[in-house]
Amino acid sequence: MELSTVWFILIAVLWTGYFVLEGFDFGVGSLFPVLGRGDEQLDGNTRKRVMLSTIGPVWDGNEVWLLTAGGATFAAFPHWYATLFSGFYLPLLIILVALILRAVGIDYRGKVDDPVWRRRWDAAIVFGSVVPAFLWGVAFTNIVRGVPIDADMEFTGNVFTLLNPVALLGGLVTLTLFATHGAMFLALKTDGPIRHEARALAIRIGLGAAVLAVLWLAIVHAGTGNAASWVLAGLAAGTFLAALGLARAGREGWAFAGTFGTIALAVVSLFVALFPDVMPSTTDPAFSLTAANAASTGYTLTVMTWVAVAFTPIVLLYQGWTYWVFRKRVSGHHIPIDAAVPADSDLGAPAGPGR
Amino acid sequence: MEALELARWQFGITTVYHYFFVPITIGLSLMVAIMQSIWLRGRNPEWLRLAKFFGKLFTINFALGLATGIVQEFQFGMNWSDYSRFVGDIFGAPLAIEALLAFFLESTFLGLWIFGWGRIPEKLHCACIWLVHIGTVLSAYFILSANSFMQHPVGYVNNPETGRAELVDFWAVLTNKVQLVTFPHVIAAALMTGGAFVLAIALWHVWRARTPADDKPMYRKAARMGAITVLIAGLGVTVSGDIQGKIMTEVQPMKMAAAEALYDTVPEGQGAPFSIITVGSLDGTTEHWAVTVPKLLSYLATGTFEGEVHGINDLQEEYTLTYAGSELTEVEDYRPVIPVTYWSFRAMVGLGIAGMAVAAAALWALRGDRPLTHRGWYWASVSVLFLPLFANSFGWIFTEMGRQPWVVFGLMTTQTAVSPGVSTGEVLTSMAVFTLLYGVLAVVEVGLTLRYARAGADPYDGASLDPADRDEDQAFVFSY
Ligand code: HDD
Ligand code: HEM
Ligand code: HEM
Repeated sequence: MELSTVWFILIAVLWTGYFVLEGFDFGVGSLFPVLGRGDEQLDGNTRKRVMLSTIGPVWDGNEVWLLTAGGATFAAFPHWYATLFSGFYLPLLIILVALILRAVGIDYRGKVDDPVWRRRWDAAIVFGSVVPAFLWGVAFTNIVRGVPIDADMEFTGNVFTLLNPVALLGGLVTLTLFATHGAMFLALKTDGPIRHEARALAIRIGLGAAVLAVLWLAIVHAGTGNAASWVLAGLAAGTFLAALGLARAGREGWAFAGTFGTIALAVVSLFVALFPDVMPSTTDPAFSLTAANAASTGYTLTVMTWVAVAFTPIVLLYQGWTYWVFRKRVSGHHIPIDAAVPADSDLGAPAGPGR
Repeated sequence: MEALELARWQFGITTVYHYFFVPITIGLSLMVAIMQSIWLRGRNPEWLRLAKFFGKLFTINFALGLATGIVQEFQFGMNWSDYSRFVGDIFGAPLAIEALLAFFLESTFLGLWIFGWGRIPEKLHCACIWLVHIGTVLSAYFILSANSFMQHPVGYVNNPETGRAELVDFWAVLTNKVQLVTFPHVIAAALMTGGAFVLAIALWHVWRARTPADDKPMYRKAARMGAITVLIAGLGVTVSGDIQGKIMTEVQPMKMAAAEALYDTVPEGQGAPFSIITVGSLDGTTEHWAVTVPKLLSYLATGTFEGEVHGINDLQEEYTLTYAGSELTEVEDYRPVIPVTYWSFRAMVGLGIAGMAVAAAALWALRGDRPLTHRGWYWASVSVLFLPLFANSFGWIFTEMGRQPWVVFGLMTTQTAVSPGVSTGEVLTSMAVFTLLYGVLAVVEVGLTLRYARAGADPYDGASLDPADRDEDQAFVFSY
């Protein structure tokens, strides 16, 4: 196999890893307004802290899959990196803003004991989860279906080229799919009221997601797909229905594995449909960026292959270990009450001199 | 303004901002790791309290380092797509390796450290924060090797067929001679900053009347530890900086000439002076009054007091001849902005030395256990954090501005690196958005750091942190 093909596969693996892992982080954040609302059993703040504690030790590691995908695209396919990121400029800008707000929000919301402070960061977390979950779907639909690219590999469209109906549908699919995935994760990782509500919610959102996803996969694969990609898309749909059934039956672990598999299969089906292009041109197929014409030299790819072979297993081992360490369900009584600094701690003028 | 200028401003703003958090992260992770290790060895609760206290401050800072780093990762493709196409073959690899080797390590083990208190065995838990620190140092190594390539390209060939620079020797990129001095300089500067962070906050508690008297001995220990770190790291910065100057003279003589605003070559045997401060026209062409050290510039640049130092005018002529004829390398003016290079170099050295002076004074004053009540110690504690921190910023501004007009020295000018398809409006939007967002986040982060610094270390509750002694249903010690 050509090394550039190997790297196409590795990039697909990285994006798949990113979506299956960060997908549930986005889902958990998106569900704040629903599952984080307090009731007589558990107050809203504790609920949100329980939800955040399920992803707390792992969300940052999950996000590094994106950074690695970005870096690896830069290294292995510089033209892909250049065309994609300069072409999808504004959506990417919004994704970056959202990811920044989410990262800071997750870390900061519990650090001051003040409802206004918390409310603001809650909004940041919801925005930072919903918006990327939606925009990644938009971006990937456009990558697979093609965008206007000229002979110099430059994107010639504008934002509105990217916001076409199929892409917007793709955004809704990733948003609802990740929300389902996040709800499945919460059902698996929490105990008490959140667990039961999350499971019911997963099924409800999941049914909507299933309809949208089937429609979207059919449109995308009808346009650019091949036999293998159709099979994978079909498997994704089947796995999703199975996951919803398992959730109904109360098999939370298997149901989560189901949405995990669904997202993986769907992403892989997109990459299979894409190959050998990496960014098809709708202007003229001759201008398309392909795994061959966008790639780095054989030497760079060889170096990168050795590095990936040597270190990816280690990364997978310790990331897996983190999930194992925090395998226990989280519930209200795990949340420390005195962790935050009170809102009224004096922040004014410096205290007087010592003595 | 055009897209090019805006993209430059955006890169400068976002990178300088990212680099406020970077040296604190690198330095403070080491400080916390050492505190926690001392606690494990001696079981003195003071060190546990300090490790937790500075650990919380560390996570507050890390969050912004992480958030702003994501922007850096994607900015090359967004604003500098022609650059990415031209050097992606070489430049992308260190970035990808940084993510794989360093970012996974940092982020995973930081998660384990935050949520792992009392959940994983104590020694393993302490190992986690050490791994975070190792991750930050690895990250610095790889990103700096990418940056060093821009200062002094090695290990590549120019391929006329593909029109890009292509990698032929990755080892050469990783062991670039610029890299081998930049890395120690940057790490030492980061440790200086981390030490200064600990010194600043601990010294303030030593001084402050309201801090409980029982806690003062604990903060004195931390302040001493911080001050010693600043001094040792300061020595490292000075020694490595001195070697760096010589290598820089060799690979980018224009930068050295610009650092001193030296217009005319000083031939072998005369010895070029170094001016500590000058009053004159901004660009150094006329001089009214100056404090100079004879022959010091020759020494800084060449290692001998008599060595020849090239002047800006000669280099400008030389470059005009060498680099004419290619679109990628031809520009009219090969001179960086002289006032910026001249003053940022002095600011770096001056602020760093001032930081060391404050640390030395604090260390002296902390002998024995006499109280520090003079109001001057309040100002010392406030200033000592910012001196090395801003020295770092000026160091980068000098390094990067001194390289202009090149983005990759001798290979590609900055004006040819910008994305051709991105409009001025788009860059303007993103610059406005990032500047606004970063401004708000700065206020929030400083406010939060102050709150936690002021609240001081939590009291020791005596609870065991050995998971064997703890009930599985006990609450997290730290959580979000
Ligand atoms: C000398 C060190 C150094 C330098 C010059 C840079 N960084 Fe940085 N970066 C770090 C040292 C670091 C770090 C110490 O590893 C950080 C700082 C805070 C943190 O969270 O990790 C980090 C975080 C960080 C992250 C987030 C990692 C995560 O999720 O954990 C990214 C994506 C980048 N950086 C990327 C960049 C790029 C593309 C740079 C070049 C323009 C850059 N950094 C300059
Ligand atoms: C280790 C990574 C890097 C660091 C820490 C760094 C740091 C800096 C700093 C401190 C400045 C000065 C900002 C100012 O003038 O306010 C700067 C400017 C700049 N850098 Fe870098 N840089 C890095 C890598 C890069 C890369 C990879 C590029 C590639 C495009 C780049 C392109 C620029 C440009 C175009 C400017 C603007 C220069 C100007 O305003 O005159 N830098 N960088
Ligand atoms: C007496 C002391 C110092 C000397 C002689 C010195 C020398 C230098 C030189 C020559 C460079 C430019 C290298 C190049 O562009 O190739 C540089 C860069 C830099 N300096 Fe210093 N420096 C000193 C002190 C400091 C201090 C105190 C700090 C911060 C605490 C600092 C932080 C930096 C940083 C962050 C850079 C940019 C990265 C790099 O190129 O290494 N320096 N220094």
